Amino acid sequence: MLAKCQKTFYVGFRAGQALPEKVKIVEVGPRDGLQNEKTIVPTETKIHLIDMLSASGLPVIEATSFVSPKWVPQMADQVEVMKGIGRIPGVSYPVLTPNLKGFQAAVKAGASEVAIFGAASELFSKKNINCSVDESLQRFNDVMKAAKEAGVPVRGYVSCVVGCPYEGKVAPEKVAYVAKRLYSMGCYEISLGDTIGVGTPGSMIEMLEAVSKEVPISALAVHCHDTYGQALANILVALQMGIGVVDSSVAGLGGCPYAQGASGNVATEDVVYMLHGLGIQTGVDLSKLMDAGAFICRTLNRKSNSKVAQAVCKL
Amino acid sequence: MGNVPTTVKHCLSYEQLIQDYPWLRRWLLLEEKEIVPTGVKIQLIDMLSGAGLPVIEATSFVSSKWVPQMADHSDVLRGIQRAPHVQYPVLTPNLQGFQDAVAAGATEVAVFGSASETFSKKNINCSIDESMLRFEEVINTARERQIPVRGYVSCALGCPHEGHIEPSKVAEVAKRLYEMGCYEISLGDTIGVGTPGSMFKMLQSVMKEVPTSALAVHCHDTYGQALPNILTALQMGVCVVDSAVAGLGGCPYAQGSSGNVSTEDVLYMLHGMDIETGVNIAKVIEAGDFICNALRRETNSKVARAKGRTL
Repeated sequence: MLAKCQKTFYVGFRAGQALPEKVKIVEVGPRDGLQNEKTIVPTETKIHLIDMLSASGLPVIEATSFVSPKWVPQMADQVEVMKGIGRIPGVSYPVLTPNLKGFQAAVKAGASEVAIFGAASELFSKKNINCSVDESLQRFNDVMKAAKEAGVPVRGYVSCVVGCPYEGKVAPEKVAYVAKRLYSMGCYEISLGDTIGVGTPGSMIEMLEAVSKEVPISALAVHCHDTYGQALANILVALQMGIGVVDSSVAGLGGCPYAQGASGNVATEDVVYMLHGLGIQTGVDLSKLMDAGAFICRTLNRKSNSKVAQAVCKL
Repeated sequence: MGNVPTTVKHCLSYEQLIQDYPWLRRWLLLEEKEIVPTGVKIQLIDMLSGAGLPVIEATSFVSSKWVPQMADHSDVLRGIQRAPHVQYPVLTPNLQGFQDAVAAGATEVAVFGSASETFSKKNINCSIDESMLRFEEVINTARERQIPVRGYVSCALGCPHEGHIEPSKVAEVAKRLYEMGCYEISLGDTIGVGTPGSMFKMLQSVMKEVPTSALAVHCHDTYGQALPNILTALQMGVCVVDSAVAGLGGCPYAQGSSGNVSTEDVLYMLHGMDIETGVNIAKVIEAGDFICNALRRETNSKVARAKGRTL
């Protein structure tokens, strides 16, 4: 009975227990979202989207990615985007930098925060960036060193935290190991990504318990995909464990490259709706956010993946 | 994270509830525009029975003038293969409907109340009090025939006409239905506006009047909030959940929006939390595929859409 209880311990969370008063939303639509869209989006459109998102009150907006345009053509206009956006004071515009070269290009283009991407799955790391997990962390050492010298904060991402399209289940201890390495290297925050959206509150809590033994909760974020419709439930349990940073994508931009036609990123509108319904402050104006979502969906000629946007438009 | 002994006790009692009541409820609402042939409805219900669902709401004995989709209620009830240990409740808005249902072989019925006066008037053309009088007739007659009655409370987290609904009003209506003799009360977020915050407050209020073991939640996913709302209810000890295969049934108040939460998505979450349901999710997905093909529409279930497409 004790063993069963330990296994189901997580369901002992009381629904009414204290949640964070404020949650920081990290908007990844312009980067993670658009990166997975088939249509190449014009630079001005990207800039306008980011400006609309800035106006909605989002505190962090991932603007672009300094990977080679050979690999990610959508992000080929990285420099123009960085130079073109209207930066609001107090808002961060981090960019992805997979290596030192990318970091240097980013800083030259005006980036004042960067992000690096690790994986909790060896197979995913090899297939995605052609090296092992340890090798990738080694590469990041150069970026970390340069960032420290330049006084540029670095955010770390860990992908496949509750499942991998190749390996299947991922051990929570492995996630904790990678998260700890990134944190010890100097990342100020670690975003834990359910890359294929297979997680449920069960696997989420198991993973977060393991990671929070190695990295302080205040330095953790969750990046949930909604491929199986579990994102909001997973975010809720993360909040119940004290996590106060949530990644999401306006209009739920960015499908899942591993499940054709399936949804990917959780929609920022739906996250904000839930958080506001819980009395949690985000600083975000939901109607302005929905305007930004409507704008990008019109441009991409597609329906929003946000249920809030779909519902509000039709009432 | 709270007081450890309380958390452990809660966990133990929660686990016990899940063991004692490993039921997952299902509510099938066909609000689809096309009239579905009787044979298709029967096949769907038979497939759902084959999936292990313990309760399948088969049809509705409302006047076919109001709900043409349910005009074949007697044929459906007579045509389905009743699996042992599975219940097939039917909606009965009044005594006439109840009598027709029993004549057609119904062994469980359901009545539908509302926590909103305006919704009650617009939906069933009478006040909440008047509707309770009607239901009392049904419940008393059902008691004589030893037929269990399930009570629904709609607009539990918001009303399309009145907006915010006081949790105490939901508790009052739930209490009345329970005291009249409904064995279970399903609390419905009819327009899907609820969030874990409002779900928690509403359940807290209702639980003061009705035992948790007699409560169910019926969440709509119009704003994408159904699963976190269900999770909140589970955390508070509720262990009966209504859902619809493939998320059938749109929201009549927000054209084109989703309505019922998908059974597949609920099962995925529950099984991921090691909660037993007795349901075979693959067979539910098959049933969902079947009805979506018949209706020539896409599923509303994210699990169904994702399954079979991963590498």
